[in-house]
Amino acid sequence: MPVTVKTFTSTHDAAAALSSDRGARYLGGGTLVMRALNEGDISISTIVRASDQAMTRIDTSGSRITLGAGITFARILAERELGFLHAPARSIGGPAVRNMGTVGGNLFAPVPYGDFTVAMLALDATVSVQGGLGGREIPIDEFLQSRDRQTGALVLAISFAKPGNPDAFRYRKIARIKPKGGAVITLAAHLPVNGSRIGGARIALGSMAPTPIRARAAERALEGRSLDAFTINAAAAAVVEGTSPGDNALASAWYRREIVGVHLRRLLSGQE
Amino acid sequence: MAKTPLQFSHNGRDVAIFVDGGTNLLVALRELIGDMTPKFGCGQGGCGTCSVLIDGELHLSCLTLAETVAGRSVETLDGIKDGPNLHPLQRAFADNFAAQCGYCTPGMLMAAKALLDRNPQPSRAEVIEAISGNVCRCTGYEPIINAVLAAASGGRARA
Repeated sequence: MPVTVKTFTSTHDAAAALSSDRGARYLGGGTLVMRALNEGDISISTIVRASDQAMTRIDTSGSRITLGAGITFARILAERELGFLHAPARSIGGPAVRNMGTVGGNLFAPVPYGDFTVAMLALDATVSVQGGLGGREIPIDEFLQSRDRQTGALVLAISFAKPGNPDAFRYRKIARIKPKGGAVITLAAHLPVNGSRIGGARIALGSMAPTPIRARAAERALEGRSLDAFTINAAAAAVVEGTSPGDNALASAWYRREIVGVHLRRLLSGQE
Repeated sequence: MAKTPLQFSHNGRDVAIFVDGGTNLLVALRELIGDMTPKFGCGQGGCGTCSVLIDGELHLSCLTLAETVAGRSVETLDGIKDGPNLHPLQRAFADNFAAQCGYCTPGMLMAAKALLDRNPQPSRAEVIEAISGNVCRCTGYEPIINAVLAAASGGRARA
């Protein structure tokens, strides 16, 4: 069924169009919305686009990194300054999907997709959103908890503090098909170290709940401790707490619960 | 609903069509322009047989809103041969038995062309990565990988 396509030069106008029409969806790279249209999703009556250059801007000049929502994974891979994000960017799709898919769209990708968002969650990112009434900065975990209600708002950018040490950020995607495949589970960790002790640990999990989630019990097990075998085992034992994985063709919920601790142990101890 | 006029370069030739809102590029190419080389496979971005180059970059035409290619260059398998002469990749695919049913072949060739255009001497691992978004259910991929490596080395098969 034909839909109406509205393209705006200003993000403000695009956000107004999105928030005023329940059937409107924002089109970024197309990997989610065009797929829905191809499958005959009749809930979409209007496609909204914005050509504002700010949405394709990367700013790495300050202590915070800002990625415009329209930045593709191929662009991330082309940025040497974003080397610590190359593993999550490379883990998504094949080359064509990486040329199309965007960091903003990835926030809305359902299980077993959305791997980049897991990385963003571990980095405590902030999502800049333009609604019909104005702009807001939303912590990413809050954004993800209310994701179903966010389709009427326009995501402008994602920002996060640059990791002090690139080694403090770790990422692992478990997939049955390599190099490209949907995730069985995805793990990302940010482990800032003060002296020899971890302060402000963040562990994020993908495919362990309907949206990416923080593994808060595992974070507590790491907090204030050095990353030794005892601490790693404690975090691995606690990581399943609060998760609610589902069954899909890639793995059962039982299997995901069984392996998440194994892979967190490997991630934290630096094993391949 | 009114149709939208759309102009772009298709294999070096300017084309002008009218599209319904929400039409994807694959439908525009096949049904409105008559270029049947990009295939419909999954419509979800999972199989890669609809792959085309947009401004030289590999894209999935089934997930591309047709209107977004206005004023841009779209290259399909139909445009890679030189008159009656096959493209070296096409010749290598034939020589290395890289096509069986042939349905994935247009996407495989475009993904391989995107790779060789920017990296004329890829490693085997780079070829595997380049075609990782393209599904083949016949060949087991090995003849395809060998064909791309052969095309890169001027027709000689490489280990």
